[in-house]
Amino acid sequence: MKPILEVNGLTKQLGNFQLKDVSFSLTEGCITGFIGVNGAGKTTTIKLLLGLIQKDAGEIHFFGENVQSKEREFKSRLGIVLDEGYFYEGLTLLEMKNIVAAAYSHWDNSLFNRNIERFGLSLNQKIETLSKGMRMKYAIALAISHHADLLIMDEPASGLDPQVRMELRDILLEYVADGKSVFLSSHITSDLDKVADTIILIDNGQIVFSEEKDILLDQHGLVKGDTKELNDQTRNLFLTLQETEYGFSGLTKDKASVRQQMNNTLIERPSIEDIMLSYIGR
Amino acid sequence: MKIIISNTSDPPIYQQIKNQIKDAIIHGELKEGEMLPSIRALANDLRVSVLTTRRVYDELESEGFITTKAGKGSFVAKENFELLLESKRHMVEVKLTEAWETARSLGISKDELYAMMDLLFEEGEE
Repeated sequence: MKPILEVNGLTKQLGNFQLKDVSFSLTEGCITGFIGVNGAGKTTTIKLLLGLIQKDAGEIHFFGENVQSKEREFKSRLGIVLDEGYFYEGLTLLEMKNIVAAAYSHWDNSLFNRNIERFGLSLNQKIETLSKGMRMKYAIALAISHHADLLIMDEPASGLDPQVRMELRDILLEYVADGKSVFLSSHITSDLDKVADTIILIDNGQIVFSEEKDILLDQHGLVKGDTKELNDQTRNLFLTLQETEYGFSGLTKDKASVRQQMNNTLIERPSIEDIMLSYIGR
Repeated sequence: MKIIISNTSDPPIYQQIKNQIKDAIIHGELKEGEMLPSIRALANDLRVSVLTTRRVYDELESEGFITTKAGKGSFVAKENFELLLESKRHMVEVKLTEAWETARSLGISKDELYAMMDLLFEEGEE
């Protein structure tokens, strides 16, 4: 598995907000979750990737080639789903598709029709009549019908009910089964990170970590036990710690030391959300 | 084949998966030459990262349990299978020797030791 997209030293000043030296790479065949709170820099990063805003500094390579020199080719190999679908509300799905399809040289109409059918959409429906979930599925159908190698999605899960989010997860897993890749941004509360292979956390315009999801889950431990076990030394083992009169619960990155220095503690595997929350707000 | 990932036990996720696939091969649940699911299919079913299942297959391959043919998939290995059983057999012999030594030092007789083993078999069959 090779890197499909490499970002190096991406920097951008936007009013008071600064994206600082953002570097990461996406692995082929993987779903990468790009997570962080609102205002952390997720959408700015995606807009810079897509060239929707100009970067102050940094380089982006797609399959080893600088995207600036091959912008047209780069964009034809991308599928894009942005937060608010930029659709003309009064058009039918078919009319809107004809506008989008014209922009892609590798548009595959039979693939599009299969996707529309699979997602339970109807082409002569008007866009304004679509529910939020159907709108998302329509946006995906438009984004994956030209054999794109990389699907970039900005907050695809926001505002969707659990059932549609689950369908979305299955759609993404099916998409990457052919070796294609997905880069999706999400709020920390989204359950889409469950399907991610790699997690990149951004906070305050900077990358906090970029790591395989299962390694994150293995490295960290959710520790529960009696507050008597907490002292100046053992407290330092935790990234975050909550105490009640019944006991404590805390997140550690050093399970071995917890086991050595503390008795009768329960160590569980944390959720990605537990881990994220412990790195933000520190 | 059954694979269960525990959230409370300590071995890393990839280790848990690898050990259970190994067991399935050793116990013949997965037969020689049988095709394994693709790394993506296995990752999706187990809800783990595809990078984890790839690590599992890479290690199983380097230990001789499976072979991977580019473009075709991964299969339970044939060549080292006898060797594998032999090494498992050897492990049992080592543990039995240990048990026998301990029994001897405690003065436990041959009959008593046999009786213990019979009991284990009976319990195992229940």
